[in-house]
Amino acid sequence: MATIVFVDSFKGHIKKSAFESLTYAKKAQPGQEIIALVAGDVPQDELEALGQYGASKVWHANGPAYQDFDSEIQGKTLAKAAEKANANLVILPFDHTGKSIAPIVAVAMNAGLVSGATSLPDTSNGFTVKVNVFSGKALAEVEVLTESKVITVNPNSIPVEKEEGAAQVESFDPGLNISPRVRVKAVHKNTDEIPLPEAERVVSAGRGLKGPENWGIVEDLAKTLDAATACSRPVSDIGWRPHHEHVGQTGITIRPNLYIAAGISGAIQHLAGVNGSKTIVVINTDPEAPFFKAADYGVVGDAFEVLPKLNEAVRKFKEASA
Amino acid sequence: MNILVCISKVPDTTTKIRFLSDASGLDTNGVTWIVNPSDEWYALVRALELKEAAGSGKVTIITVGGAEDDPIIRKALAVGADEAVRIDAPAHDAAFVAKQIAAWVKENPVDFILTGKETIDYNGSVMGGMLAAHLDVPYVALVEKLEKSGNTTHMHRDIGGGTEEVEVEGMFVASATKGLAEQRIPNMRGIMAARTKPIHVTAPVDAQPGVKFKNYSLPPEKGACKMIDPDNMDELVRLLNQEAKVL
Repeated sequence: MATIVFVDSFKGHIKKSAFESLTYAKKAQPGQEIIALVAGDVPQDELEALGQYGASKVWHANGPAYQDFDSEIQGKTLAKAAEKANANLVILPFDHTGKSIAPIVAVAMNAGLVSGATSLPDTSNGFTVKVNVFSGKALAEVEVLTESKVITVNPNSIPVEKEEGAAQVESFDPGLNISPRVRVKAVHKNTDEIPLPEAERVVSAGRGLKGPENWGIVEDLAKTLDAATACSRPVSDIGWRPHHEHVGQTGITIRPNLYIAAGISGAIQHLAGVNGSKTIVVINTDPEAPFFKAADYGVVGDAFEVLPKLNEAVRKFKEASA
Repeated sequence: MNILVCISKVPDTTTKIRFLSDASGLDTNGVTWIVNPSDEWYALVRALELKEAAGSGKVTIITVGGAEDDPIIRKALAVGADEAVRIDAPAHDAAFVAKQIAAWVKENPVDFILTGKETIDYNGSVMGGMLAAHLDVPYVALVEKLEKSGNTTHMHRDIGGGTEEVEVEGMFVASATKGLAEQRIPNMRGIMAARTKPIHVTAPVDAQPGVKFKNYSLPPEKGACKMIDPDNMDELVRLLNQEAKVL
């Protein structure tokens, strides 16, 4: 028996989600061998360094079939790896990649799939994992009814643990003999941007900002904080900001350590998407804004004055602690 | 063009969620049910636009559930779908639903299948991928643009930190996200027409769920919000650093 962890990379480097997934695997089944599956071009030293997070082996699938992301090829490769390792547990990140691949692996392994785990498995009575439901408005436990299990782990749910170690790297050929059926024609990557679902800090703004030309103060604070930017639904609906920045019930659900919301009143649909955040700061001119009820820290004031002041305060703090 | 759109019944987005006293499930008292937003606003509307552009074809909606799902099925028919299929079984989990829909599609071939990126109740984002795996066809997740030219489908998908332009030939399953289409409000004619459109109720195939949801709970209440003077952002930074420990 072994645990297989799917390790994702972006622009040729291993993503932070991989360290979370490996830490999760190490704690989910202590003592069981952990094999990391990496697909695509990644430098050898980064592969070996996966040992620091608990992988004893790295299986590296590389070649033309892995040039572009293809959920079918990656999913079937992962399923072959799980079969070869006789794995009873497969761990992936609950992000764009994981959401594409996990269902394919689960079907191939005939495994129950837990989507978006926020806790380690509880094996005291069966096998249950905690998740968010109703877009973050509630929590539930998911009992996995099958022998084999696939779990996707919600970002920022497990603190990464690192120790000394180097993994043994082997090349892995799943012998699939299929070519990608989804042809990638072009890739447009948002340079320098922290993907919102994985961001540890997020600065978000709403209609209170009055127009897209005013987003500079949001971006400035985000930059100082190494944060991603987000927005409310109305702002993305009227095209002030791109759709992928829309957080809330019909947008994306995030759970950063720090969520700063400026000029967002805090409708129930917006709260659903962010109330898993560890700390919430709300800036609003209206002291009655419902968002204050869900916030840890509140500032009643004009975003146009407060955001630059906060930016300056963070900058000073960073300089002092550097 | 023969398009299948998978839809799901979910509580309205403004619903205040409450659970039964034994925590075994949602307290459905007073809940207003809607078609899952990304199924309706993006997947269904884009399917209708493609059919209209082609000038011919059929948009069929499919769901797994009991007769209590019929009102939201009528809603999707009012938006413009031609007919509906309801597989008459409780929607245990995504794995069960995917097996049911796959079995129906094997008997009733379609050109391609659209669904929403996730439902707003269980948020798993996996049914579409499982369906594609059962049917052995490509799966394209989080599609924000979709155009047809002959047998080829051109799509843009959100890859998290960017967009990818992809193409597939023939049959596929895609999950729809914001940007693919704009919500359509059904008009009176659509609502009247929906009353007489067929809902085909079919028996489920033998299938097992992979997981079971239980012990529902509400998140712990936040403590009181600490108010900070807008002219003292140094204090906010201090609290974020020393108290919240997030800086």
